[in-house]
Amino acid sequence: MELEPINIEGTPKTPSVKFNAEEGIIEIKGRSIPENSIEFYKPLVDWLEEYKKNPLDKTVVNIQLEYFNTSSSKCILDVFKKLEAIHKAKNEVEINWYYEEDDEDMLEAGEDYESIIRIPFKMIEIVE
Amino acid sequence: MGFNVDDFFKELEGGHVLLSYKGSITTEIINHALDVVEGKLQEYNEDAKLRKKVYNVLVESLQNLYHHIDDLPEDYRDEYESRFGVLVVSRVNDSYKIATGNFIKSEKIKYLKDKIDKINLLSREELKDMYKFILNHQKISDKGGGGLGLVDIARKTGNKLNYVFHNFNNDYFFFNLDVFVSEKSS
Repeated sequence: MELEPINIEGTPKTPSVKFNAEEGIIEIKGRSIPENSIEFYKPLVDWLEEYKKNPLDKTVVNIQLEYFNTSSSKCILDVFKKLEAIHKAKNEVEINWYYEEDDEDMLEAGEDYESIIRIPFKMIEIVE
Repeated sequence: MGFNVDDFFKELEGGHVLLSYKGSITTEIINHALDVVEGKLQEYNEDAKLRKKVYNVLVESLQNLYHHIDDLPEDYRDEYESRFGVLVVSRVNDSYKIATGNFIKSEKIKYLKDKIDKINLLSREELKDMYKFILNHQKISDKGGGGLGLVDIARKTGNKLNYVFHNFNNDYFFFNLDVFVSEKSS
């Protein structure tokens, strides 16, 4: 069974999403500030659960958030937990955490996740 | 004389006001408030770092309000619509002040007061640890953040959470939370 890719356009309150099993690419970009995040993230976490069964040797994860709320923060951790499981099963998982210039809060948020899931993050500052 | 929401609202509106609203707190109102404040911060050419912080803290404050409003009994409905809350964003000296207010059942006060008092005692490092602990250990509730909101606000602003519980009647209080975001928060 092919795992269908996910392509979601961003909105002012939800991020753009690109999950592609053939390319091993997981991308979440933009703003994640909905009142109820579970609704938005559940299909993404379910997709990763499927992908986990037969992942590529290398998965590249790009997270580039401008804003995210605390309601999203737990859902994003759920995404990372799935990636952690893929990593634990001896597959390469590269996590790129992008943050805007001088946005120390976003850098710190990345470090919080990194310390919880124990996969090294590449912290990438976007200089305008 | 008991607590009067209108007088309280007028008082909040002192200073340089970016946005003030009282009424039903809906998703549409939240979206509108975020747009207005984001636009004004840009208009003021506010430093990007501070702008982001104010926006972030506003999102969290509004969603906290949205998720935790207690409705007064039906017989108050003429005066206060359902999901009634108050929001005023203003500029006070070199800070942005985000003031929110909502009715809350008396029995919930102790829990909330203890929680805020506890947060206010924590250092920056302790807030970070608390945030990470809740993030990693507490189940997400149907209300969303599972208690991360206030911790996040305290962490991002670096300021104490100012609050007052105004006695409304035997069963309800009006909870006012003032949050300050300043340059030094960055």
